[in-house]
Amino acid sequence: MWKFILRRFLVMIPQLFLLSLIVFMMAKAMPGDALSGQEINPRANPAELDRIREELGLNDPWYQQYARWATNAVQGDFGISYTHKTPVTDVIEDRLWNTVFLAFVTLIFTYMLAIPLGILSGRYNDTWIDKSVTGYSYLGFGTPIFIFALIMLFIFGFALDWFPSGGSVDSKVEEGTLAYFVSKINHVILPALSTALIATTSTIQYLRNEIIDNKIKDYVRTARSKGVPESNVYSRHILRNSFLPIAAFLGYEITGLIGGSVIIETIFSYPGLGQLFLSSVSLRDFSVVTAIVMMTGFATLLGTLLSDIILSAVDPRIRIE
Amino acid sequence: MNKAILKIENLTTSFRIGSNYHAAVDDVSFTVNENEIVAVVGESGCGKSALALSIMQLHNKQRTKSEGTINYNGQNLLTLNDTQMNKVRGKELGMIFQEPLTALNPLMTIGKQIEENLDYHTSLSKDGKKKRTIELLTQVGIPYPERTYKQFPHELSGGMRQRAMISIAIACNPALVIADEPTTALDVTIQAQILDLLKDIQSRTKMGIILITHDLSVVAEVADRIIVMYAGQVVETGSVKEIFNNPLHPYTRSLLNSIPSATHEKNRLHVIEGIVPSIAKMDRVGCRFQDRIPWIPKMAHEQRPQLHEVAEGHFVRCTCYQDFYFQAEGDESTHDITQSR
Repeated sequence: MWKFILRRFLVMIPQLFLLSLIVFMMAKAMPGDALSGQEINPRANPAELDRIREELGLNDPWYQQYARWATNAVQGDFGISYTHKTPVTDVIEDRLWNTVFLAFVTLIFTYMLAIPLGILSGRYNDTWIDKSVTGYSYLGFGTPIFIFALIMLFIFGFALDWFPSGGSVDSKVEEGTLAYFVSKINHVILPALSTALIATTSTIQYLRNEIIDNKIKDYVRTARSKGVPESNVYSRHILRNSFLPIAAFLGYEITGLIGGSVIIETIFSYPGLGQLFLSSVSLRDFSVVTAIVMMTGFATLLGTLLSDIILSAVDPRIRIE
Repeated sequence: MNKAILKIENLTTSFRIGSNYHAAVDDVSFTVNENEIVAVVGESGCGKSALALSIMQLHNKQRTKSEGTINYNGQNLLTLNDTQMNKVRGKELGMIFQEPLTALNPLMTIGKQIEENLDYHTSLSKDGKKKRTIELLTQVGIPYPERTYKQFPHELSGGMRQRAMISIAIACNPALVIADEPTTALDVTIQAQILDLLKDIQSRTKMGIILITHDLSVVAEVADRIIVMYAGQVVETGSVKEIFNNPLHPYTRSLLNSIPSATHEKNRLHVIEGIVPSIAKMDRVGCRFQDRIPWIPKMAHEQRPQLHEVAEGHFVRCTCYQDFYFQAEGDESTHDITQSR
């Protein structure tokens, strides 16, 4: 098991290297740089801008820039953000915890909705319960998240004013107090719920289909032939088997949420990685952009590994040595 | 004479297709006695598995209805509700399924799956259940019961899995075990071992066995009585000796004739042309086998064919058996399987 995990980590090194190369080149391929915005500033001296470019190494060939960046990156130094004027790691750190918090709450909401609805829908398939759950799923599939999130924001953030419409915490509360924590929760509910209500539909349908598939399996008939009551046929046999792929999917789900937070964080002006990513792209803040993409890439690889580990833990047929 | 355990009378099980019900088991009656093996024989789609599931009441209730009576221990199983039936299933009636890999839960250890049966029908302690499970595994001839107890189904061979399956069925010493094609998924040497095991368990517990199979060599080896089913009906029934020595119904004769024989010099295997009619489309008035023996004149068949007693305990449906002959030029092979027993 530990050997397997170690091996997977070793395989990650060339993967991350390739990713970094591509990311770096793509970031450089974007027109302009962090100083381009200054060119239309009448008070900025073009000669001075060129001097700064030279000083920052922005005029060097890409491979020299890459080598410089990569050497520092492996030492945990992703450089200084051009726009924030602070180390990239500092810029990212605050945002990262916000995003992880949002992802965590979203995940809880997603499964809180998906598990009961999926079970009801699968167990009582083709009844009105199933039809309404499936109807909701179709709506969820068809609704673009950015429209839905705006509607949620309008209703609950503006019209009813139940939740704050932006930010991650109230600026007036003091850090470390209970009020601070309550405020954080208050800010995260609306974006988390908006994502969960849409994202949960695929999990519902997945679980529903798994249950429908499993309940006609031979081993279920065997369980019934033993005189196992129907409720236990579900809890001990059908559901355990149906949860396998869902549990294995958890790893991917986590990375999906971190990577997919761009839209939702922007709409709710939630200061997370996604929002930072988008603003860094428009400001040509390469050091931040590359660092975030590298992190997301790393998270994806970790998620895959996590999924494999979960699957081997819950399914005795899959054992990793 | 052994006492009767299960008495089935006029059992009809129908499946709903669209809005109509069609009988897959049609007016079947028979009795299973203590210490007896009754074989139900027929090709795929003749209703033999539907019969087994009707006795256990494992059909989907929304799409199936069963009429008639299944008398067990003074009560009609068809009138019991789920809770009452759950007390019978597993405890009084055990069932062995065809494919032991898919019939076992892949996520549960063998031990837990056997213990589950004890959970609902006995008041044994945790240790008591484990002890009984190990005992059962030993009884069915599993070489390392302690180890197998902790193993998962995929870690066992096909034969071992079927042995585990048998120990689930007999865990609570049921009065009757229904074995639905218990040897079909196994290779021939294992088949013989499993059949011996069933006979061996029976000799100790005196349980009745309903053996469902399409394999007549299996029947010849272990059964006491045979019920030949075709298109949901019993077409011939009698003792093994009687049926093998004096098969009468065209279907029974064709089935026996389809057995590959090592001694008989036949170039080609006998084939019964056609398939079992679908339950939704079949003609329920005339003889159901008539379309597969078209060279027999229609006059030979009865309308609404009845079972005729031709010898003691030997019944044949329809009068067409009197005029039946094989169309192919090859002669009918003789069956001396029972004589060698």
